[in-house]
Amino acid sequence: MLTKRIIPCLDVDKGRVVKGIRFVNLRDAGDPVEQALEYERQGADEIVFLDITASSDNRETVIDMVRKTAYELSIPFTVGGGIRSYADVRRVLMAGADKVSLNTAAVQNPRLITEGAEIFGSQCIVVAIDAKKSGEGKWEVYTHGGRKATGMDAVEWAVKAEEMGAGEILLTSMDYDGSKDGYDLDLTRRVSESVNIPVIASGGAGGPAHIYDALTAGKADAALAASIFHYAEYTVGEVKAYLAERGVPVRIPRPTGAGVGKGIRGNADSK
Amino acid sequence: MRVAILDMGLGNLLSIRRGIERASGGIGSGSITGPHAEVIIAQRDAEAGCADAVVIPGVGAFRDGANALAGRFGGVVGRIRSGEIPALGICLGMQLLFTRSFEGGEYPGLGVISGDVVRLPDSVKVPHMGWNSIRIVRSGELVRGIPDGEHFYFVHSYYCRPGEEGVTVAETEYGVHIPAIVEKGRVFGTQFHPEKSGEAGRTIIRNFLEAAKR
Repeated sequence: MLTKRIIPCLDVDKGRVVKGIRFVNLRDAGDPVEQALEYERQGADEIVFLDITASSDNRETVIDMVRKTAYELSIPFTVGGGIRSYADVRRVLMAGADKVSLNTAAVQNPRLITEGAEIFGSQCIVVAIDAKKSGEGKWEVYTHGGRKATGMDAVEWAVKAEEMGAGEILLTSMDYDGSKDGYDLDLTRRVSESVNIPVIASGGAGGPAHIYDALTAGKADAALAASIFHYAEYTVGEVKAYLAERGVPVRIPRPTGAGVGKGIRGNADSK
Repeated sequence: MRVAILDMGLGNLLSIRRGIERASGGIGSGSITGPHAEVIIAQRDAEAGCADAVVIPGVGAFRDGANALAGRFGGVVGRIRSGEIPALGICLGMQLLFTRSFEGGEYPGLGVISGDVVRLPDSVKVPHMGWNSIRIVRSGELVRGIPDGEHFYFVHSYYCRPGEEGVTVAETEYGVHIPAIVEKGRVFGTQFHPEKSGEAGRTIIRNFLEAAKR
């Protein structure tokens, strides 16, 4: 059975992780690659890096981080933030990222979604939507890191993004982001029911129960969380154990090294 | 041993290269045992020709992959067909082993395994993306040490429908039964990405290298 994914998000500024100083077991807690590896060990299904660097002369730093991450990590990872052009998409993917996440650039130039999908495949193109409640059952799309209202309806934009070739929607509720009160379940469910591509719920996770809600009532395919993992309030493994106990299909990796080598004549041969 | 990744010019091969290095006990893997593969990224037949095993990577569209294989690697393809050189096809690379694909038209594949590559049903979200469990349906080289129900990372919109019996070693469920691992002689395929599947994926790659050495 396809499992629900748990995706820790790392905010990166000038090549350094912004939050997440509480990991005592890391040599360098500010190093995004080290952090990503720690999450992989905890059982994360994917990693999202969100580059929040304001300046645009940051490109080489990001590409360097992508290369190092691709070298070390053996789970998929997505890079978002500041990807403005097809050249940016190409550079990040060719440096080894599995997916890019497009936000403002996708709204300004939806052709970018199509171009990226045609060359690299839909699965590489994530459209990130920052949505803010504008009325009963209505959400408006914001760009520029949530600073600029677009007048676009979030559900309609998700449907259009799929039509343009997006392989996945990363949906952030601006109302709930940082609140730790849980995800916007109405928004998440509305978008998830309106598209035929996976939806990642984002914004508002304060604990495992919120993630459970997003994946069940919210009908999300994956849940993204930042601070609960950054500040080591919960490990990815703890969240997954909570979900598994309640019947949500999740991947619980075996401890590293188990079964490797010694299982050479394992169950497959005994059949 | 020397392993060649066939570069079809369709994307970044760093992940798969590292996946093989880690699984083989190669550079930076922290392991002192294993098949110790030297990994080369081959752009032409001549470069791949001296390898003990080849990997057909999993990025891009079927048509482009098939063209690149025919155009750049005609010699290697012949040696894969004859069983002279073991091959592992990953994701698209596995699909390329089949007779034909209906991705964006109708295009012939290598035909090493008979069968079609068709789109996933509309009843499920496409692409099939994320970690899915496999069911092992027969013994095989790649599943040594892999427990039934193990999870692997899938990302694809098309799947293989073998036209011959016995090639499927493991399958996964996503609207339909999808062959997750196929084996036929010295030709192996995984619909999932072992290089993105953590420790379990590492075991798969290592099993391929061990099988290729024999």
